[in-house]
Amino acid sequence: MNRIIKFIILDILKNKIVLIYTLILAVLSWSVFSLEDNSTKGILTLLNVILLTVPLVSVIFSTIYLYNSSEFIELLLSQPVNRVKIWRSLFFGLVISLILSFSIGVGIPLMMYAPSNVGFMMLAVGICITTVFVAIAFFSSIITRDKAKGIGIAIMLWLFFALLFDGIVLFLLFQLADYPIEKMMVGITALNPIDLARILILLHLDVSAMMGYTGAIFKEFFGTSLGIIVAFLVLLLWTVTPYLISLVKFKNKDL
Amino acid sequence: MAEHEPISMKQFIQILVCLFISFQYYGKQLQVGLNKEFTSIKKAIEVADNNDTVYVYSGHYKEGNIVIKKSIKLIGKGLPILDGEKKGEVLSIKANYVLVSGFKIQKSGFASLNDPCGVKVYDSHHVIIERNIFDDNFFGIYLQYSKHCVVKNNKLTAYAVEEQQIGNGIHCWKSDSLQIIGNKVKGHRDGIYFEFVTNSVIWRNIATDNIRYGLHFMFSHSDSYISNIFRNNGAGVAVMFTKGVKMFHNTFEENWGDAAYGLMLKEISDSHIIGNTFKRNTTGIYMEGTNRILVERNKFESNGWGMKVQASCMDNIITNNNLIGNTFDISTNGSLVLNTFNSNYWDKYEGYDLNKDNVGDVPFHPLSIFSIIVEKNPPAMLLFRSFMVTLLDKSEKMMPSLTPENFIDNTPLMRSLDL
Repeated sequence: MNRIIKFIILDILKNKIVLIYTLILAVLSWSVFSLEDNSTKGILTLLNVILLTVPLVSVIFSTIYLYNSSEFIELLLSQPVNRVKIWRSLFFGLVISLILSFSIGVGIPLMMYAPSNVGFMMLAVGICITTVFVAIAFFSSIITRDKAKGIGIAIMLWLFFALLFDGIVLFLLFQLADYPIEKMMVGITALNPIDLARILILLHLDVSAMMGYTGAIFKEFFGTSLGIIVAFLVLLLWTVTPYLISLVKFKNKDL
Repeated sequence: MAEHEPISMKQFIQILVCLFISFQYYGKQLQVGLNKEFTSIKKAIEVADNNDTVYVYSGHYKEGNIVIKKSIKLIGKGLPILDGEKKGEVLSIKANYVLVSGFKIQKSGFASLNDPCGVKVYDSHHVIIERNIFDDNFFGIYLQYSKHCVVKNNKLTAYAVEEQQIGNGIHCWKSDSLQIIGNKVKGHRDGIYFEFVTNSVIWRNIATDNIRYGLHFMFSHSDSYISNIFRNNGAGVAVMFTKGVKMFHNTFEENWGDAAYGLMLKEISDSHIIGNTFKRNTTGIYMEGTNRILVERNKFESNGWGMKVQASCMDNIITNNNLIGNTFDISTNGSLVLNTFNSNYWDKYEGYDLNKDNVGDVPFHPLSIFSIIVEKNPPAMLLFRSFMVTLLDKSEKMMPSLTPENFIDNTPLMRSLDL
């Protein structure tokens, strides 16, 4: 298995997109922190990068990579290698390379300019988000053989999580304004990994505002170490579920 | 004539009498302590006349309620302890011109009918209470119907858990011309409480970790609050139903919670709030029904909401303040705006300044649409900083539709003021 992962990582490095991704993240992070005298503003910009760019790049790059390596997968399958092993190696190869580029691009400037709770939380959340969206890419690429359709599904899922979901939640909030829905809202956030990530960072970033009434409810849940553990477990679930679904499909797939 | 002659016998006697009278005026000195003239403070006070001084040397005095009905000075040497043993009031002052200094006064009783205190001043004037330590009392210092009293450099500590089971640190009621200076109040219900107290000054006090308010006053006109620090109190500072308040150079910090405000103003009019610092509060200033207030040269930093100015406020001027790093600078609950917000520095301002006069050329709308949404629908806070909300905010800033259009700073500053 290790040799397959190694091979995949080398292959990803060879096509240079991940290197460019690292470079862009690094330039962005360094410039954001050196332009603003106030590191909080820099963190806010990086927050948008983590919530929008990182999931987008992760999901699209992984989907396309999977489609493009279909011949390679077929080649591997002709060898006496377990299907589970192949799928797992592909997953870890992609996850490791994308996490590496995120950690180098964003992690280093973050640790240098904002080595606080917020900084560490952002790094952890960014890594989780990368993993979750690679898993989602695996899910969307196994659903259909059609490459355009697969990439389309990936983009749609990203759009849904990054934009639409919040719109729907806002709409629901206004419709249900007369009801005590604070606790329910905590549950609803679990349905969107991006929201979950955002709130984890928010609780460290806007502490004062979060101490208000509803903020306090979120803080009561997400602010405790138990809440943080639960939130990360949910993020893990968001990785495991799409990956396992794709794995089952891959195992039974007629290639 | 007489001035060239040596003083006559008559004059000499006159001088002697004057000296004697002045000596009399300073009074006797009575000593209380182990191996001293008296062993009981009560006995010494009984013997003392007006203008006498009673020195109490270090020791643990458990004498129940000590009542002072004469104009004496009661001075502790080596921090003697007056212990109420959780039974009633410790020291009651019922005379004018009394000085109490240098004691550790502890463990007054608990009662909800007659409010037992560490020190209570009844209907007196020119009483001075200074340099005492109050520990674990129900009420610390209580002044009622008093005038021209000074409460200075005392340290009051209590260990409150519940609001109902503890009194206030410094409690003043129906008094006038008080000076509350340099006290430290911790762990009481309200740090400093004023009701019907006029023409008084509260200067350089520190109120922290009280379970309700750091400072709480009502119907207390023409008072000044200068250079005090109010930190981490249950609900911050609340001031109500008062006119002519002057608040200068105070610090309001870390008052966290939904109903906690750095400074809550309710029905306040004709007042000045100048040069204060509001830092890391859930809400810096909350205004409701306030009129004709000048809010000038204050710092609002890292608050959840810098100011909440409700629509019931009128003719307030908010000018030359720094608003930096607040989650929301300003919020309101209606569309009526009868206040002016000109010439402040807003760190969220994105305009330009072509003629370099340090005044932005484009007016600034400090009210973000999301702060209005959150005001109406608090759970929406969950969506804060999501891309959707950022988009909404940007478009609203360009073309205000939901936010009141005259909620505006016409001359926003480009650089922060040096405060």
